[in-house]
Amino acid sequence: MINVYVEISKYLMILLMAMYTFCNFRYFTVAEEEAKEDYCAWQQRILLLLHFIAFSVLFFTGEELLLLPFYGVQLLFFLCYPLLVRKIYPRISRLLLNNVCLFLALGLIMLTRLSLEDGIRQFVLILVGALISLPVPFIMDRVLGLVNWRWLYGAAGIGLLLLVFAAGSVAYGAKMTLSFGGISFQPSEFVKLSFVFFAAAMLYHSLEFRNICLTSAVAALHVLILVASRDLGTALMFFVAYIAMLYAATNRGIYALLGGLMFAGAGAVAYRLFSHVRTRVAAWLDPWSDIPNKGYQIANSLFAIGTGGWAGMGLGQGLPNRIPIVEKDFIFSAISEEMGAVTAICLILICLGCFLQMMLTAYYMDMLFYKLLAVGLGVLYIFQVFLTIGGVTKFIPSTGVTLPFIAYGGSSIVSSFLLFMVFQGMHLIMMGDAEAESGEETEEYWEDEDTDEE
Amino acid sequence: MRNKGEKRRTHSGKDLFNRSILRITYGVALIFLGLMAYFIWFVQVESPNVIGNTYNPRVDLMAERVIRGKIKTADGVVLAETQRGEDGTETRSYPYGTLYAPVTGYSQKGKTGIESLANFYLLSSHVNILEQTTKELLGEKNTGDNVWLTIRHGIQAAASEALGDRKGAVIAMDPETGEILCMVSKPSFDPNTIQEDWEALTAEDNREGQLLNRAAQGSYPPGSTFKLVTVLEYIHEHPSDYQDFHFSCSGSYTDPEGNRIQCYGGEAHGEQDLFQAFANSCNGAFARIGEEISPQETAKLAEKLLFNQALPFDLPYTRSSYSLQEGDSLFLKEQTAIGQGKTTMSPLHNLLLTAAVANGGELMKPRLLSHLENAGGENFRTFSSEGAGRLLSEEDAGLLKKLMGLVVTEGTGSAFRGAPYGAYAKTGSAEYESGGERKTHAWCNAIGEGDGKQLAVCVIVEDGKSGGSTAAPVARAVLDAWWAGEENHGEDTNL
Repeated sequence: MINVYVEISKYLMILLMAMYTFCNFRYFTVAEEEAKEDYCAWQQRILLLLHFIAFSVLFFTGEELLLLPFYGVQLLFFLCYPLLVRKIYPRISRLLLNNVCLFLALGLIMLTRLSLEDGIRQFVLILVGALISLPVPFIMDRVLGLVNWRWLYGAAGIGLLLLVFAAGSVAYGAKMTLSFGGISFQPSEFVKLSFVFFAAAMLYHSLEFRNICLTSAVAALHVLILVASRDLGTALMFFVAYIAMLYAATNRGIYALLGGLMFAGAGAVAYRLFSHVRTRVAAWLDPWSDIPNKGYQIANSLFAIGTGGWAGMGLGQGLPNRIPIVEKDFIFSAISEEMGAVTAICLILICLGCFLQMMLTAYYMDMLFYKLLAVGLGVLYIFQVFLTIGGVTKFIPSTGVTLPFIAYGGSSIVSSFLLFMVFQGMHLIMMGDAEAESGEETEEYWEDEDTDEE
Repeated sequence: MRNKGEKRRTHSGKDLFNRSILRITYGVALIFLGLMAYFIWFVQVESPNVIGNTYNPRVDLMAERVIRGKIKTADGVVLAETQRGEDGTETRSYPYGTLYAPVTGYSQKGKTGIESLANFYLLSSHVNILEQTTKELLGEKNTGDNVWLTIRHGIQAAASEALGDRKGAVIAMDPETGEILCMVSKPSFDPNTIQEDWEALTAEDNREGQLLNRAAQGSYPPGSTFKLVTVLEYIHEHPSDYQDFHFSCSGSYTDPEGNRIQCYGGEAHGEQDLFQAFANSCNGAFARIGEEISPQETAKLAEKLLFNQALPFDLPYTRSSYSLQEGDSLFLKEQTAIGQGKTTMSPLHNLLLTAAVANGGELMKPRLLSHLENAGGENFRTFSSEGAGRLLSEEDAGLLKKLMGLVVTEGTGSAFRGAPYGAYAKTGSAEYESGGERKTHAWCNAIGEGDGKQLAVCVIVEDGKSGGSTAAPVARAVLDAWWAGEENHGEDTNL
C-alpha cells in the first residue's frame, strides 16, 4: 500500500508544483491587484499541501518518529513567517515572499530525505536567517545614509575577502570558509551584498569616466582576491553582476562587450593557470570516458536526473546519496531524480520568475542607486542559479556554487534571506513612491487611463 | 523622507536606464530558455543513452522491482533468460553457452556485451499499467522487456561450425541496414559458469584470451586485405594511366636497396597488370606500388577509411592503427603496402570497409539491437538503421567491387566459384612471428549478393594457411547459409 501512496503522491506533487508555477506567471499577466492577491493566496495553500504530502511520504517510507514534531515546527514556520512579515510590512511583495517559502520547503523536503540531521540543522539556520533579515526592509526604507557609505561597503568587502585569503580553510580546492569558536561561515556570501551596494553607490555618486575606472579597479580587486582564494565560481558571479550594473548605469554596449572580451581572456588564463579548471572542463566535455575519477560527480548527477525521468523515482526511492556533495552543489539533481524533471523545470521557472520580479523592481524604481542595486543583486541571484543548474546538468562546466535557499549551508541561507529582504525593502520604497505620486502628481501618472475611461 | 531634488535628477534619464535593464532581462530569459531546452532534450532524448551505463547504480535498484528480460535472436531463439526458483532466487541462464558469449557477454562479475549495452531495457517493464500497478500492490516483481537482436541463429551456427576449433572470428553484416547477422569469436567462455571459471580465465599465464571478443577487439596485421587501400591510392594518383601498370613476377621481388619480398608460397605470377596483381594478390607488384605512392596521401586515405579513428560501434572494440610516414624506410613502405609493417586492424573494421564497398561507398552503422518487446510479446520499440557517413565515392566503391569480383573469377578467391549468388572477395595471408616460427593469419572479406539481398562477411583464422584456402571456405559457408535460407536450421528455432 505504501508503494501506491508514494506513487500517487508523486504525481500529485508534480501537479501542485505545476499549479504553483502557473500562479507565479499568471500573477505577472493580470492587472488587478485583487486577482494578484488571489493567486498569491492560492500559492500559499498549494505550498502547504505540497509540504504536507512530501513529509507524509517521508514519514511512511522512513517511519522516523522525530519527523512528526519536525514537520509540526516547519508547518508553524510556514504559517507564521509570511503572516509576521506581512504584519510588519503590509506592502511587501507577496510573490517574492511565497517563492522564498517554496524554495525553503523544497530544500527542507530534500535535505530531510537525504539526512534528517542536515534537515534539522538547515531549519535552525532558516530561523536564524529569517530573524536576522527581518529588519532589512525597514532599514532600506528609513536609513537615508545608505547611498553615502560607499567606501564602507568597499572596505568591508575587501577586508573580509582578504581575511579569508589569509586565514580561511580549504575545502574542495577553494579557500572559502572562516571559522572561530566552532562556528564556520563563508564571508563571500555576505561580500556579495556589500559588493553590489558598493558598486551601486559608487556609480550613483558619479558616472564620470574617472569614477568608473576607480569603481572598476576596486571591483576587480574583489574578483582577484576571490581568484587567488580559488573561489572561481563566486569570482565569476561578481564579475558578471558588475558588468551588468555598469551596462545598466551607462547604457553603453561597449562595457558589455569589453566585459565579454575580458571574460574570454580570463577564462583562457584560468584554464592554463589552474589544474582544477582544466579538470572540470574535461569532465564537462566528456565525463563518460573517466567515470570513476574525473567524471564521477557529473556522471552521477546525470544518472540521477536521467533515471528519474519526467516523473521522478518518488521520494526516498532513488539513490541521490550516490552523488558526491549532493546536499550542497547537487541538490537540484536530487530533486530532479526523486521529484521528477517536471518539478525541476518548474523550479527553474520559479527562479526565473523571481528574477523577473527583481527586474520589475529595477524598472520602476526612480533612484539610480536602487535601480543599480536591483540589477546587481538580481543578476547575481539568477547567475548563481544558472551556474549551479547549468553545471549539474552538464550545460556548462560545473563551478561549485549552490542553489540559493535550497542547498544546505548557513551562510548561503542567511545571505539569500538578506538579498531577498533588500528587494522587499526596495519594493516598499517603490510602493511608497507610487502612492506619493498618485497623491501629488495624479495628472502626470494616470493621464492615459483617465482619458481611456472618459 | 527621500530627497526630492535627487529624485528629479535621476528621473530624466530613467528611460535610458530602463532600456538597458530590459535588455539584460531579455538576455537572461534567452539564456534560461536555452538551459531549459537543453534540459528537456537531455531528459527526453539523451538520457536513455546515459542511464544504461554500468556505472549507474540506479539500474541495479531496478533489478529489485523487475525480473531481467530475455535476449533473443532475430529468429526468436532465446540466448539469455532469468529463471526464478521457488524461493525467489534468480539465475541467469545462457542455453547456448560459449556460442553466443561474444554477443551476450556475461551478467555476473559485472556486465559486458548485450547484457551491458541493453541493461536498462532488460530491467525496464512495459507490461500494461494495470498489471504493473496490481503487481506493485501485491509487492510482486514485474517482468522485464525482451531484447531482440539482429543476429540470426542459422548464420551464427553455420559460422561457428565452419570455423570449428580454430582460433579466430567471423562477423557478418547486412551492408544496407547495418544489421549484424553473426559475431563469432573463438576460443570463447561460458557465461553460465563465469563465476567458477573467472580465476582461470583471468589468470596471468592464460594466453588464450577467451574473454576477448576477437571480432571487434582483436588486432591483427591486415595482410593482403590492405591492398584494397593501396590499390585505391594508386588509382587516385594515376587516374588516367593505372591501366598501363605492369609488373613481371618471378615469385620474389628485390627492391633497389636489396630487400626481398616474396609472394605467398613463392608463387610466380608472371606478367601482371594492376587488376591481375590485385586478383592474385601479387606481393611484388604491390611492394613496387608502395615505393611509389605518397605516404602522406595514403595516410589521409587510410584515416578516411577509419584507420586511427573511432568506429561507429556500441560494444567495446580496438582501434585500427596506421602509422607510415614520409621518412620511413623503403622496406617499411613496401611492407605497409602489402598490409604487413606496423599496420593493425580489427575484423570489425575490415568488415565495415567491405560493407561500404558493397553499399556503394556509404557505410551503415553496424547494430545488434533489432527491437524491444514487453513480457506480453508486444513490440513497442523498433531500432532503426543509421548512416555512418560515406567512406568511398560511388565510383571508387564500384571499382573496388569489380576488383573483388576478379579475385573470385581469376584469383585467390576460388572458394566462391560456383556460388548461387554473386560473390566478391579479398583474401589475405598476414605473416607474423611467434616463438621464432613464421606463421600466418588467414583473412577473407567477402560480399554476396542476389535475390534482392546482400551480405558482407569478414573472417580471420589465427595460425592458418593462406586466406584463400583457410578463411575463404568459412566465409563461403556463411554466405551459403544466408542464401540457403533459414529453413535448414528451422529445428533450432523451436527450441
